[in-house]
Amino acid sequence: MAQHTAGHGGHGDGHGHEQESHGSLKSYVAGFVLSLILTAIPLFVVLNEWLEGTAAHVVLLGSAVLQFIVQLVFFMHLREEKKPRYNLMVLLLGIAILVTIVGGSIWIMTYNKVG
Amino acid sequence: MLDRIKEFASTFFVTGDPLIYGADVAIVMTIIAVVSVLTYFKRWKWLWSEWITTVDHKRIGIMYVIASLLMLFRGGVDALLMRTQLAMPNNDFLTPEHYNAIFTTHGVIMILFMAMPLMFGLFNLVVPLQIGARDVAFPFLNSLSFWLFFWGAMLFNMSFVIGGSPDAGWLSYPPLSGKAFSPGVGQDFYIWGIQISGIGSLMTGINFVVTILKMRAPGMKLMKMPMFTWSVLSSSLTILLAFPILTVTLALLFIDRYFGAHFFTLDGGGNPMMYINLIWMWGHPEVYIVVLPAFGIFSEVVATFSRKKLFGYKSMVFALMSIAVFSFTTWAHHFFTMGSGADVNAFFAVTTMIIAIPTGVKVFNWLFTMYRGRITFPTPMLWTMGFIPCFVVGGMTGVLLSVAPADFQFHNSYFLIAHFHQVLIGGVAFGYFAGLYYWWPKVFGFKLHEKIGKWAFWFWNIGFYVCFMPQYALGLMGMTRRVSTYGWDTGWWELNLVSTVGGFLMGIGFLFQVWQILHSIKFMERDTTGDPWGGRTLEWSIPSPAPHYNFATLPVVTGKDPWWEEKLRRERGEAPAPKPPLEPIHMPKNSGIPFIMSFCWFLAGFGLVFNWLWIAIPGFVGVAACMLAHSFNYNTDYYIPVDEIERTEAAARRAV
Repeated sequence: MAQHTAGHGGHGDGHGHEQESHGSLKSYVAGFVLSLILTAIPLFVVLNEWLEGTAAHVVLLGSAVLQFIVQLVFFMHLREEKKPRYNLMVLLLGIAILVTIVGGSIWIMTYNKVG
Repeated sequence: MLDRIKEFASTFFVTGDPLIYGADVAIVMTIIAVVSVLTYFKRWKWLWSEWITTVDHKRIGIMYVIASLLMLFRGGVDALLMRTQLAMPNNDFLTPEHYNAIFTTHGVIMILFMAMPLMFGLFNLVVPLQIGARDVAFPFLNSLSFWLFFWGAMLFNMSFVIGGSPDAGWLSYPPLSGKAFSPGVGQDFYIWGIQISGIGSLMTGINFVVTILKMRAPGMKLMKMPMFTWSVLSSSLTILLAFPILTVTLALLFIDRYFGAHFFTLDGGGNPMMYINLIWMWGHPEVYIVVLPAFGIFSEVVATFSRKKLFGYKSMVFALMSIAVFSFTTWAHHFFTMGSGADVNAFFAVTTMIIAIPTGVKVFNWLFTMYRGRITFPTPMLWTMGFIPCFVVGGMTGVLLSVAPADFQFHNSYFLIAHFHQVLIGGVAFGYFAGLYYWWPKVFGFKLHEKIGKWAFWFWNIGFYVCFMPQYALGLMGMTRRVSTYGWDTGWWELNLVSTVGGFLMGIGFLFQVWQILHSIKFMERDTTGDPWGGRTLEWSIPSPAPHYNFATLPVVTGKDPWWEEKLRRERGEAPAPKPPLEPIHMPKNSGIPFIMSFCWFLAGFGLVFNWLWIAIPGFVGVAACMLAHSFNYNTDYYIPVDEIERTEAAARRAV
């Protein structure tokens, strides 16, 4: 839904519109395969009951985090961004807020368990 | 057949209350009046091609402002109805059920459908002009944001006459807002009205972050941006991170209600406290979202009317950005009494107190800006003067509330009500009024009548204190929020009556503002200079109202307050830098898709409210079709030829 800037110029002239590289077939295939693997691991671990308790949680969370990084690197092209690296900055801020929110909620709600 | 229609209508429409019937009549009359005026003057095509389909940030801004002033009227009437009910003990002007609905809609409308759109209106009207851009980064998205807000607000407001209003408080806490205790459609109107307009808010946040980071005039480094633009950046970044939380929270509430899930109901392992925790993670940043741009406005106004550059630019930027980040670390102070223990409460009490520091820095910056300035007091400056003491007191009572043990006394009392109205009216409303008065000549090309404006200011300002100071005392006397009536034996009568008088004084202030606008339109005092206040930033360097393309040639910026420096150079008799030759200007084309798509969202929301899939499914199909249609539309832009720019510029110069 974003504005169609690439290819036929943007609105206003205050900013450049050089085409940035958006990855190659190889990197997309690699990303796709990696994300499939990272989806399959937790699925099999849980469905086949290979792991339980803390171990299962660690595997689930670990593959979720890796999945997140794969998406950012291969599909969101985080590494290819030109300076100033606004995407990276906003991402870091977002992660900081996310950690605050999730950690804070767990902390607050620990004392509010019913029963 | 007739009986069945009657039966349907008696549940579909809200019945039984004379106030509602009066409103029904007023709504129907207004619709008839609008339709017949548009038809009589043959303005339908004009409305469609000049306004509904526009992607011009200035027009979208005007539509936001108009919509938000209408919402201010409705939210204000709600407030006065409540104050009327509370003026006397044992009053039966409103039934308790009706009172519940009114305080709920008052809160939702004032925050989400008045403050937010007025803020977005000012973003749109000012930011591109201030940074020397020709539009926002995503003009189509901008139009979509507006129409999503519009149809979301319509959906929410409809609940008043169709189906029944939500009545579980402005944040709609479960279990009260769950299906078991709110079986009606009111809560679903609440959820979908806010969800639909919330998508628009999120997109506006994205739009302005990108606009400010990517579209500044050549030479305008980040640390040379006008302070209002900085405040918009900090507010937009906060929107970006906060609004998704609201969307998720309300989506979970909807899943609970619609599919019978148990996120927030105790049976089935859910926890209603989790909703309160989540909603305040959005709710607290939200109050900073609305107040940060007001801080930006005050910074512009104070500098202009003291004829001095803003004191402490860097500390102001630091304060704005640190408030934006720290706003995410204080949310639990809204539910100290929930029982999370001393550690949690102490932590959030301290973070809340810390956030008062950057706010204090700002107040001192404004005071030092005025120190030894050549101060004048036109209406924008008056609102700023009204704001500073009001906000300082409001902020102080906020610090009182942040002391967790004391909060067990203040919690949900009228002390709290007085506190947040003081920061929201004294900070946000006064700030947006200051901004509206300040930029009005730039937007419309004529000035507002100053004298009536001063009457409006004094009615608002005095009315505010008369209304809310007694409420601090009432809170300490034990009056809790959301009570619909009280007895003679409570001893609350006198203060409540005074408070009601103050509420009506503010209502009179609003009427003065309406009169001021109408009077100024009739006896139009044209702004021919483009710079009626002696402004400092780029928006004052172009004619009022700004031409369609804003800047014929993009300005080159060398310092802060570029227009002020340019005027100083001209005074010294320096030859202005030679202007580059005009070039065709690249502009976005109008589009009807945002309106149609938002209307489809409205249909989808309406269908889900009543669980009528025969409306909801076509609505969603329409949304998808609009997305597809826009994705394959490559005819989205055009160029304004040089001779047309020359003609427009010459006409503007003749006006000068």
